[in-house]
Amino acid sequence: MKMLINVAESVVADALRGMAAAHPELTVDVENRVVVRRDAPVAGKVGLVSGGGSGHEPLHGGFVGPGMLSAACPGEVFTSPVPDQMVRAAAAVDSGAGVLFIVKNYTGDVLNFDMAAELAADEGIRIAKVLVDDDVAVTDSLYTAGRRGTGATLFVEKIAGAAAEEGQPLEQVEALARQVNESSRSFGVALSACTTPAKGSPTFDLPAGELELGVGIHGEPGRERRAMMTSREIADFAVNAVLDDMSPRNPVLLLVNGMGATPLLELYGFNAEVQRALTERGVAVARTLVGNYVTSLDMAGASVTLCQVDEELLRLYDAPVRTPGLRWGV
Amino acid sequence: MLDADFFRRWMTATAASVEREAERLTELDSPIGDADHGSNLHRGFTAVAAVLEKEAPDTPGAVLVLAGRQLISTVGGASGPLYGTLLRRTGKALGDAAEVSEAQLTDALRAGVDAVMTLGGAAPGDKTMVDALVPAVDALAESFAAARAAAEEGASATTPLQARKGRASYLGERSIGHQDPGATSAALLIAALATTADTEAADV
Repeated sequence: MKMLINVAESVVADALRGMAAAHPELTVDVENRVVVRRDAPVAGKVGLVSGGGSGHEPLHGGFVGPGMLSAACPGEVFTSPVPDQMVRAAAAVDSGAGVLFIVKNYTGDVLNFDMAAELAADEGIRIAKVLVDDDVAVTDSLYTAGRRGTGATLFVEKIAGAAAEEGQPLEQVEALARQVNESSRSFGVALSACTTPAKGSPTFDLPAGELELGVGIHGEPGRERRAMMTSREIADFAVNAVLDDMSPRNPVLLLVNGMGATPLLELYGFNAEVQRALTERGVAVARTLVGNYVTSLDMAGASVTLCQVDEELLRLYDAPVRTPGLRWGV
Repeated sequence: MLDADFFRRWMTATAASVEREAERLTELDSPIGDADHGSNLHRGFTAVAAVLEKEAPDTPGAVLVLAGRQLISTVGGASGPLYGTLLRRTGKALGDAAEVSEAQLTDALRAGVDAVMTLGGAAPGDKTMVDALVPAVDALAESFAAARAAAEEGASATTPLQARKGRASYLGERSIGHQDPGATSAALLIAALATTADTEAADV
């Protein structure tokens, strides 16, 4: 397998060095693996810290900047960061107004952020946590680790980020983040497995002519495998899966997210089918985002995320944002 | 009686074993996880071996607490907090005695395994490291060799199970038919303990 890397062990550090060179508006601590907006801590502002495994770029480092995250901690590829990174990030962005940890629901992320929250509290930092778990492909029961956090992470970080930027207090920012998560559902499909630098070969074997339905963002297989379908059939399947789990009465934010190796030509075509399927189901779309935002290395495929919004959430979503991966209104 | 040096050698033996088996652990983690269990544990135990070489704590408890803290700081994922907690809590249960008996180690390890079950919310049968650790602790009352055999048997026995915790649980029934990588690495930890005890006996 050919990859544009030096050695597997240094991919994360190498990427951070390159990110620092491209984005002088960020402070990138390559050694300790923390990405912080340069003007942090901002007086009176709640700090927003997220993090998770690398390999999902631009999530999360690419979402650091005014209007979104205050800091991000990238872990090893598909491996959650360690508590030391999170505590360092929290300390770097806390202005005394407290810090919100935005955590995707994976066992490793949850355990490490829990430990970090205790350690940060010991250092006198006020910490709140919100868990993102929007993936309808996983049954949330006693018999699983619970729903995965996927595309909704972007909406949570954007909307909570806008609220924090306005100077809203920690409790309010936390409540908004929770509301966004509860209003969001996602479903993903894979047309190919991905290749992690550590393993160097595809994480699962997906024959030509087949696709995986209900995948997450770590190159793990989905719930079910089927013969390849058309963009229209996949859109219907994904939209139905999401709408079986939510009944939006208000307009929704729509994220048509690429997994890393699907070109925009395909994603825009897929978006056309998703929009059609939503219209047929009577769901109005207020805003649409199409692109590679929450990726799985070189996996081909896409996910659909809907977030039901009221006027306030829509206003915060539209608020200016200036980050490497998401930028508007500025 | 087991002294600090015994525990340091146990950790070093685990590091060597994890290094040898890293590829196999990652291979096991591919079909039901995300193909990094071997490389993550390798990174962590390499750091453990390095820190124990630099500073050698003088009690068994302190060796394990230091090793656990090092794992939490370097591994990440679920394995970091879980293995870190296992060693830290076992170490804390050993207190600050300069030497401990096998019975004391058994009790302390049981406290460590209990802490892992509380943290991860897993019980035996969920297809996790617990499936190797619980039978190992039970058998440790008998002998180190029995603990090694029980851990290996426990790891093998995860193959037909459906995962109910961790990332493999997302696969539902498709997780059946694969040996759990966490139970496999836990068996390596116990096997390294037995090997260290063997070496000890040979030395005497």
